[in-house]
Amino acid sequence: MADVLVTYRRLVAAQVRAQAQYRLSFVVDVLGSAATTFADLATILVFFRVTSSMGGFDLREAFLMASLACVAFQLADLVVGNVERVRLYVRTGLFDAILVRPRAVLPQLLVTNFTVRRVGAVLQGLVVLLVAAVLAPVHWTPARVALFLLSPIVGAVFFMGLFVGGATVAFYWTESGEFANAFTYGGREFTTYPMSVYSGLFRRVFGYGLGFAFVGYYPALVILGRPDPLGSPAWLGWCTPVAAAVSAGIAFLLWRTGIRHYRSTGS
Amino acid sequence: MRTFVALVGAGFRRYSTYRQATIAGIFTNTVFGFLICYVLLAVARGRGGPVAGYQGTQLVTLAWINQGLLATVGLWGDSGLADRIRSGDVVADLLRPIHPVLNYLGTDLGRAGFSVLTRFAVPMLVGALVFPLYVPQRAASYPLFVVSAALATLLSFACRYLVQCSAFWLLDIRGPQVAWTLLAGVLGGLYFPIRFLPRWFVDVLWVATPFPSLLQTPVDIIVERVSPAVQGQLIGLQVLWVGLAFGACVLVQRAAERKLVVQGG
Repeated sequence: MADVLVTYRRLVAAQVRAQAQYRLSFVVDVLGSAATTFADLATILVFFRVTSSMGGFDLREAFLMASLACVAFQLADLVVGNVERVRLYVRTGLFDAILVRPRAVLPQLLVTNFTVRRVGAVLQGLVVLLVAAVLAPVHWTPARVALFLLSPIVGAVFFMGLFVGGATVAFYWTESGEFANAFTYGGREFTTYPMSVYSGLFRRVFGYGLGFAFVGYYPALVILGRPDPLGSPAWLGWCTPVAAAVSAGIAFLLWRTGIRHYRSTGS
Repeated sequence: MRTFVALVGAGFRRYSTYRQATIAGIFTNTVFGFLICYVLLAVARGRGGPVAGYQGTQLVTLAWINQGLLATVGLWGDSGLADRIRSGDVVADLLRPIHPVLNYLGTDLGRAGFSVLTRFAVPMLVGALVFPLYVPQRAASYPLFVVSAALATLLSFACRYLVQCSAFWLLDIRGPQVAWTLLAGVLGGLYFPIRFLPRWFVDVLWVATPFPSLLQTPVDIIVERVSPAVQGQLIGLQVLWVGLAFGACVLVQRAAERKLVVQGG
């Protein structure tokens, strides 16, 4: 087991060195990644310039929700975001090479494509999350602190499941990467705002069917000590680990089925 | 001219063969149409009235038109030309008996034409079925919108061409590419209508940068956010920016051809 981890660590280190080689490009990448995160969160500030409440929440509350979800997404993107490159591997036939190596397929893919610049987005997200926590009208209790620390990590696991599950589409449909985008980037956008913003079938499918409500919204309600304007019980805020486990479990099954279904393109 | 028409046709056919990608793109645009539409409606509810001069139905239409135009205008585009510059393949483009700008423009217009029929039409239809859309009150707004969207497509092409041409000097264009994607999205009005920003800033933005002319102008014209006179002025600004951008394309291309050294190998 230990030597497996050493292999992976060396592969990641090689990626970091390789990507830092072109120093200017690397700096530009890290800054660009951080700027994109910044722009996402700044959008909320723009909306609150013209209104004082969204879905019944004021700026400080909505901002806490958004930054919880943002850190969760960026963490997941850092760790498994590059799984979408599996499309490229399938199309070019490189996937065969990965299959014959004596290591698990998914970790190989992740470490050999590790994208260092996404560290910029995570750091940016963490800073914003801290600011949001300080500004938000929260009466901190040990339980709330625990939930605050846990939510981004568990939310990240949830998003990771989504990334991996979405990437498996490539095993059946090589040109369809954007499908996964609708759920990964769409999910990030969805979790940025309170659930009460959405309505109808769309809210049910994205919020509960796919489980996005559990990433930022319900934990934030518990931390803020607010009842749900949609009328659901307060303990839902503690259910994020369940949603994350379901997401990871489904992703695992989809991935295994996908690999078994894989047939080399032969080129 | 015949060559150009043939290039447009080839662009159309090329993109119409990416069937899976088209369906996936339509799906993603539709999901984001719902997302942005609900968010803007929540802003309007929170405000309890018009926001920055937009009524609720105007905001709904704005959200869906934005998603439809995003692919048509080709706000993000690909890095095909930059890759060819880095690899040296661009030499083949320079040998062709047609100016490189026209060559790439032809393909891009074909792509835009195919996008209108797919990635513009389908999300708009879904939006119209689920939400009450704003119906323009003046018949002239429709042709003005078509003209404005076409100008936006030209402008977007020219800007992306310039961004990619930076590869002649930089080789690695990730910096300019990231800056373009971010600025065009945020200041073009994709994430929020730029009129949500302070008034003076919006005015400066509109006149001094090409970004609002990429999306916000056609959108404001079709939802009739502005009077007929201002509609005309905004289109005038677009024409000006298209002229400037294409002029820059030709100049940059000429300078690049003097600078270009093809790497051996």
